[in-house]
Amino acid sequence: MIAHAIFFYTFSIIAVVSAIMVTASKNTVHSVFFLILDFISISCLFIMIGAEFLGMIMLIVYVGAVAVLFLFVVMMLNVAQQKNQWFAGEQSSRHIPVGLIISTLIFFEIIIVIGGWKYKPEIFDINNSITQTSISNTHSLGQVLYTDYIHVFQISGMILLVAMVGAIVLTFRQRSGLKRQSYIKQISRERAEGVEVLEVQSNKGVKIDD
Amino acid sequence: MEYLSIVFQEVYKILFLLVPVLVSVAMIVWLDRRVWAFVQKRQGPNVVGPFGLLQSLADALKYIFKEIIIPSSSNKVIFILAPIVTMTLALIAWAVIPFSATQVLADINVGILYLFAVSSLGVYGIIMGGWASNSKYPFLGAIRSAAQMVSYEVSIGVIIINVLLCVGSLNLNDIVIAQQNMWFVIPLFPMFVIFFISALAETNRPPFDLPEAEAELVAGYQTEYSGMMYAMFWLGEYANILLMCAMGAILFLGGWMSPIDVYPFTLVPGAIWLILKILLLFILFALVKAIVPRYRYDQLMRLGWKVFLPLSLIWVVLTASYLFYFNLLPVN
Repeated sequence: MIAHAIFFYTFSIIAVVSAIMVTASKNTVHSVFFLILDFISISCLFIMIGAEFLGMIMLIVYVGAVAVLFLFVVMMLNVAQQKNQWFAGEQSSRHIPVGLIISTLIFFEIIIVIGGWKYKPEIFDINNSITQTSISNTHSLGQVLYTDYIHVFQISGMILLVAMVGAIVLTFRQRSGLKRQSYIKQISRERAEGVEVLEVQSNKGVKIDD
Repeated sequence: MEYLSIVFQEVYKILFLLVPVLVSVAMIVWLDRRVWAFVQKRQGPNVVGPFGLLQSLADALKYIFKEIIIPSSSNKVIFILAPIVTMTLALIAWAVIPFSATQVLADINVGILYLFAVSSLGVYGIIMGGWASNSKYPFLGAIRSAAQMVSYEVSIGVIIINVLLCVGSLNLNDIVIAQQNMWFVIPLFPMFVIFFISALAETNRPPFDLPEAEAELVAGYQTEYSGMMYAMFWLGEYANILLMCAMGAILFLGGWMSPIDVYPFTLVPGAIWLILKILLLFILFALVKAIVPRYRYDQLMRLGWKVFLPLSLIWVVLTASYLFYFNLLPVN
């Protein structure tokens, strides 16, 4: 039990400290690295409470894909040189009230959810669903995800699809004047249409179309 | 005291796994160069030791005694962390590889997800190294590599779903045992081919070695590295290649099981069969390096997103419908 506690506190301290460092560190790329460290320690915590599937998906989706794209954008935009000024200057201090309001809202939401879960368990559907310990975590997740929560699951999938299509539509632009490579055209080209023998007259030259 | 003895036991097991892996990485580098040379009618490294077997050890000694140069304008912490991250990630994945029904360091329920997660984290070593070097060639190499690895991961994930549909479990040992009657390479042959090519791209092997294309980018993300730090990148890269071979062997070639379930073959321990299968896949990797020219970058992206992803998605639908229609879905 002591080993369990040691690991739990190590991971949670790393998670909290790196979450603070995400906002506090001066270099934006360092912020992203701290975010990655945060994700990893949270997935370790998930694994410790037995939610192994969730922990692994957290690693694959957030650390393996989302954070890579974050890093990608931060590096490409060259914001690394921009120093992150914390509570300094007129610009950033204007955002403090908005930030405070949002964080208080989130704080109260968490308190309501956790308090309700603790003291009024009957209003939460989760407690009524199957939580057998005999079958594995992944197995039980699959059993409820595609039966009780199939509509929620499908709707969240649709939302993601709409977001993806929307992002592609927003960034897609058709550029004219580009020569695109067409594999079918290249392979199906015959010698007859590719090579032409011309009689070149002196001082006239040859005009090549296209 | 009891707790300490458990820790020592685990450390002993880990060493017993990692030391052979590291030695085999050194041997596999020699094999890679040898196969490459034979394809081109050369001899390859054949001077140090019998058949040149000790060539990699000599190289490692050379790297150890070389000076480690850290560029003055680099981001030092991340610069030093990058090769460490690469090598650690390449080695921790071996924890879940089953060498027989009982010989596995960590027999976890989500083994295949763990392998997939660790191999998708491998891109961080490269990005960190490329960015921290604060130089143009490494940075371009890192960006190429990030885009490439993220793209090919997607198709590898979908291929894994194909296998999981036939198995009904995420445990690696269950995946191996599910292939008792027929290796998955037979019913899922197109997926095996796509997995093999995606594994080439995921480990930055030729013909997809654009992150380190020497004609364009010097050595890509490794340009500023020297001495032991370079050697660590190199070790991590080859350990990753071996890992992808092991993943292919477990997913498609029946892992530690013998090819035919008859008397003289079943005597051979499972670890030997797994190693033979890994070697077979690795020799294929080495042959591809020797005979295929490098892809252009847009062709690489096209292959990943427009060919492999739709193909493997269609195959998921086919597999699922086949299993559902003939009532073969694994239910436990």
